[in-house]
Amino acid sequence: MSEFILFTFIIVLGTGGELCLGRAMKETGEMERFRPAAALRLLGRALRVKWIWIGVAMMAMAFFSLLALLSFESVSFVIPVTALSYLVGALGGIFFLGERLSWQRWVGIGLVCIGVTLVLIAK
Amino acid sequence: MHTRLHLKTYLLIAIMIIAGPVGNLLIAKAMKQAGEVKFWPPSQWWLTFIHVFGAWTIWAGIAFQLAFIIAFMLGLSIADYSYVQPAAALGYGVVAVLGVVFLHESVSALRWAGIAVICFGVSFIRNTHPKTSENPS
Repeated sequence: MSEFILFTFIIVLGTGGELCLGRAMKETGEMERFRPAAALRLLGRALRVKWIWIGVAMMAMAFFSLLALLSFESVSFVIPVTALSYLVGALGGIFFLGERLSWQRWVGIGLVCIGVTLVLIAK
Repeated sequence: MHTRLHLKTYLLIAIMIIAGPVGNLLIAKAMKQAGEVKFWPPSQWWLTFIHVFGAWTIWAGIAFQLAFIIAFMLGLSIADYSYVQPAAALGYGVVAVLGVVFLHESVSALRWAGIAVICFGVSFIRNTHPKTSENPS
């Protein structure tokens, strides 16, 4: 039971944290110019958006959940399951960020999930 | 306009897939050099700190990780999360190539097969428009 909760935390909080960063960057706006000074200004503005800090907190919780799970489960079992984050990320992109996924992107995400699982199993 | 958006997104993803794995490798190397980390008794903290942060590799690793996070955040400002996140999985291929070239590691056929499937998947994602959502005003 505790394994299931920790797996859920790793996938949902880890991907959720990244989605919050995505939300923050969307609220901050695009870089006007592709220059270091413009990038720093944009990042400075992003730090004032609450979603950044929610995202960082969620990612930190996911990281500690991963450490906790690794303390009693093998890496070869834990890490491949995290490939599910690509699927959760796609769903989060649709429902949380309002992204529109074409069939090509779905196929691509599915293949990336399979590929990442193969890479991690092969380790 | 669309070509510029594609170019900017590709550049940021290229930074991510190189900086992320290189940063991980450098941090892992630094932690191995530091030996076993001891947190108890508290008098060991300072020694642990010096061991870990005394190596240039840890600072280089942190710098690369910082570059990864900055590229990721800038990427999310111009492209979809569902575009940037899976494309960053190309980093697994970079890790394998770095391992073969610099550490003379052997990479199994299954791992190469996984990397090939990731590249095939990213080629599908590459054919979609990087941004399908509007920025909230």
